[in-house]
Amino acid sequence: MTNAATKAGTQPGTQGRDSGALLQIRNLERRFDVDAGFLESLKFKGGRIVRDTRAVHAVNDISFDVHKGEAVCVVGESGCGKSTVARMVASLLPPTAGSIHYEGQRIDTLKGRALLPIRNKIQMVFQNPYASLNPRMTIGQILEEPTRYHNRGVSTGEIRDKVTQVMQSVGVDPNWAARYPHELSGGQRQRIAIARALTVDPQFIVADEPISALDVSIQAQVLNLMLEMQEQHGITYLFITHDLSVVEHFGTRVVVLYLGSICEVADTRTLFAAPKHPYTKALLSAVPQLKDDRPNHIRLKGEIPTPIDLPSGCPFQTRCPQANDRCRAEKPRGVTQPDGSLVACHAVEEGRTEPGVESGMKEAV
Amino acid sequence: MTLLSVRDLTVKFKTRESSVTALDGISFDIARGERVGVVGESGAGKSITGFALMNLLSRPGYIDGGQILFEGQDVTKMTPKQVRAMRGNRMAMIFQDPMVTLNPVLTIGQQMIETLRAHRKLSKEEARQIALVKLKEVYIPSPEARLDQYPHELSGGMRQRIVIAIALLLDPQLIIADEPTTALDVTIQADIMDLLLEMCRSNMVGLMLITHDLGVVSQVTERTMVMYAGRIIESGRTRSIINDPQHPYTQGLINALPQQTPPGSRLKQIPGTMPTLSAMPQGCPFHPRCALATDECRAVMPPLTQYGEVQVACHEVQRLHRELAKMEAAQ
Amino acid sequence: MTDQSVENTVLQARHAPRLRAFWDSNIIYAFRHNPVAIVSFTVFAVIAVLSFCAPLIAPYDPYDPAQIDIMNSEYPPAWVNGSLPEFWLGTDDQGRDLWSTILYGTRLSIIIGLCAVVVQAVLGITIGLLSGYVGGRTDSILMRLADIQLSFSTLMVAIIFLALTQALFGSEVFGQYAVVFLIAVIGVAEWPQYARTVRATVLAEKKKEYVDSARVLGFGPVRIMARHILPNSLSPIFVISTVQVANAIISEASLSFLGLGMPPSQPSLGSLISAGFDYILSGSWWITVIPGVVLVVLVLVINLLGDWIRDVLNPKLYKG
Repeated sequence: MTNAATKAGTQPGTQGRDSGALLQIRNLERRFDVDAGFLESLKFKGGRIVRDTRAVHAVNDISFDVHKGEAVCVVGESGCGKSTVARMVASLLPPTAGSIHYEGQRIDTLKGRALLPIRNKIQMVFQNPYASLNPRMTIGQILEEPTRYHNRGVSTGEIRDKVTQVMQSVGVDPNWAARYPHELSGGQRQRIAIARALTVDPQFIVADEPISALDVSIQAQVLNLMLEMQEQHGITYLFITHDLSVVEHFGTRVVVLYLGSICEVADTRTLFAAPKHPYTKALLSAVPQLKDDRPNHIRLKGEIPTPIDLPSGCPFQTRCPQANDRCRAEKPRGVTQPDGSLVACHAVEEGRTEPGVESGMKEAV
Repeated sequence: MTLLSVRDLTVKFKTRESSVTALDGISFDIARGERVGVVGESGAGKSITGFALMNLLSRPGYIDGGQILFEGQDVTKMTPKQVRAMRGNRMAMIFQDPMVTLNPVLTIGQQMIETLRAHRKLSKEEARQIALVKLKEVYIPSPEARLDQYPHELSGGMRQRIVIAIALLLDPQLIIADEPTTALDVTIQADIMDLLLEMCRSNMVGLMLITHDLGVVSQVTERTMVMYAGRIIESGRTRSIINDPQHPYTQGLINALPQQTPPGSRLKQIPGTMPTLSAMPQGCPFHPRCALATDECRAVMPPLTQYGEVQVACHEVQRLHRELAKMEAAQ
Repeated sequence: MTDQSVENTVLQARHAPRLRAFWDSNIIYAFRHNPVAIVSFTVFAVIAVLSFCAPLIAPYDPYDPAQIDIMNSEYPPAWVNGSLPEFWLGTDDQGRDLWSTILYGTRLSIIIGLCAVVVQAVLGITIGLLSGYVGGRTDSILMRLADIQLSFSTLMVAIIFLALTQALFGSEVFGQYAVVFLIAVIGVAEWPQYARTVRATVLAEKKKEYVDSARVLGFGPVRIMARHILPNSLSPIFVISTVQVANAIISEASLSFLGLGMPPSQPSLGSLISAGFDYILSGSWWITVIPGVVLVVLVLVINLLGDWIRDVLNPKLYKG
């Protein structure tokens, strides 16, 4: 612990209040090459053959912290890079640039055996419980394998005990050990997936849309289970989702992503009470409300641009009702607001949002 | 005036030795221009209902009994030719994935013109003009250019708009929309829903909206049917179902939404899972998950009964209403 | 106490009889309801059992020179005039009982076919797994190797290899080890079939979340390939295996027919057909035709079984 703390102290930009952060993400970037291989990168342009590699800019310069015991939610629409962030934190994907520190230790450069201690601490729950369990293994085998792998030399009896205990803790009958995943329903499978992550006693769980493939009544069960695990095991979550009602319920802090860039980082309560970024406002207003008869959501013009040809300046300027010349030229930096939230928007910075929103809405309607 | 009238529709799926019941004698009506939501979890039979209405069930599923009267004609007794004439023309369907409807190797224009000319005697130029008008109606920017584009060149939201335009092409009387916005992003989703609502209102088209999202249903539809394990268990005005659900399952479904509980606390979950078709419990299909279940619930299937404006299939609700009636009589 | 009882039930559940489940499984159900599959399987089983029991049921041992009498050569089968009752399928040009020789020959053909496919599978699956899972440059190199290998026809490679070895070791030694050489050459020549199929499946499986979850759990690449990806890639492997057994049997027969396979002293189906070919115009058609019919039937039923397995294991038909 002390060791980790001193290491953290040596990292630039981690002093001050951030030194207590469990997970630190700094200037994270990830690009995917579209034209892989030499031949594909050759293009015929203007009468000449030129080399031109296009890349998907999935994540662009993202920095945020996750503190112990938090449930940080990353929200955004498809293609905003939220799953890419999750996969990088879970060390499934190396970042193109930037760094990820866990307990002060840099983890994004670790490989092979050196990653094992981190695997013990950071686990992941996936979106699709129908694909995340190996269909050829029984539930018992699925849970025993990681238990055995991370506890070398422990007797079979103890491993069985551990598996039984984990199964009971996620509310699954230990008698199901002999069943195959296809015999279980989606919610039951997601419980098994959570149980599998718990077999290694992690401190941190990255959950990539863990409930969006499930039915409403089952979503509540799984969400409750995750809340229980948070209380019982003190687990810290990085929760990826597109469902804002879940965020409001589950998250302590929210990171709003748009086209791979951060729009707004705020405490959940602050964000839902007073969203500041125009995109956050539009996102919140678009959630269908149960009791509200007449929806009055902010209509955004156009569609999300592709992350291959990112717009210049602010990534949101093509759809933003308040975009002006500065937004089209200069990418806004995150600015801390009086209430502690971080907003990357020129309009908010210049204080020209409020009337703008109104006129923008009228225009669209 | 009734547009669609379904009576005791039963759909079964053939299994190896026997068959399982996917829809168990459901009955409902849709009036002209009425927007009806069908809510339920996966496996409740809501998509199968849509498929059965379009006579699109394919093996191993089949209609085992009942009537589907659409504009006075029984869909179950139609010849294949009559079915083809009805599909896309009088009754259209919008699927979750727009690529199910759109053919990837044909341009948008070719598909729209082909659809039009299959049902109407029109020249290519006339068909093209109609297609253009329809694309404009669904707010597609530069519709002329879109006609010559292929589906893969368009974004998901744009594709779903085009699918809606195709559904509206022949001025159908009823549109069956099966989770039309589930695959789309939240900000796009709201737009598409608004569009669908507007199209149905302005053209007096009936809409059957199949979805799992109660929020969407509450904003778009006038009437809602809640399905569970192949039955309609509650049906009535959308407002009254959302604000005052009667059936314990509907209550559970609404209470399980995160908005219904203060942040950070436990959600009110419904225990257990929906029974599979092959292992349907005796009595009310919901009783294994119901906190109010009695011996009667475990033995006898409750009928869908009218109480004022809503229909509910629940013994407990029936008992409450009986007691209420008794008290009123005593007074 | 509760833990103890839970433990016991877990153990019981683990050792529950699987026979019933197997009988009810989709594949057996599909088999029971497909006459072509049943007939093909029965025919194949009869041929396989008879040939593998050759030492028990064959009246003569074609490998034993003491039991061969050249005076008995070219007796016709029982239904043709001039036959001897003790040779119901007739005899070949060396006086060997054709029934016994076919039994032994079929056994040899099946053994060579199966072993060659095992060699192909081991090579191909390993290379395919590596290529698909590791990807990048390794993948490119291995797949180009496969392309090069495939651009030479199996028979051409085999002919060159066998002709060289025959010249190198002399017919005597070659005859002794002909089985091994044949297995090796047919096995090596066709591994790309496996490698390509396995690679394609691995690429599809690799994208699934259970592989990601295995990686997050810290498992090494070898464990992930062997325990997680390989078991999920078995269906296409089964399908090509059946077809490849048939192909290997044909390859062996062709090589033997060309005189590059089994020597006449250790007859396989191919070398029998070849031996009889010289006599086909002199009236002794049965030496070629009967083993030929056996070969065709054997290859046909294996291919029919392969077709059926492909239909059953087709994920689109099977999981829906």
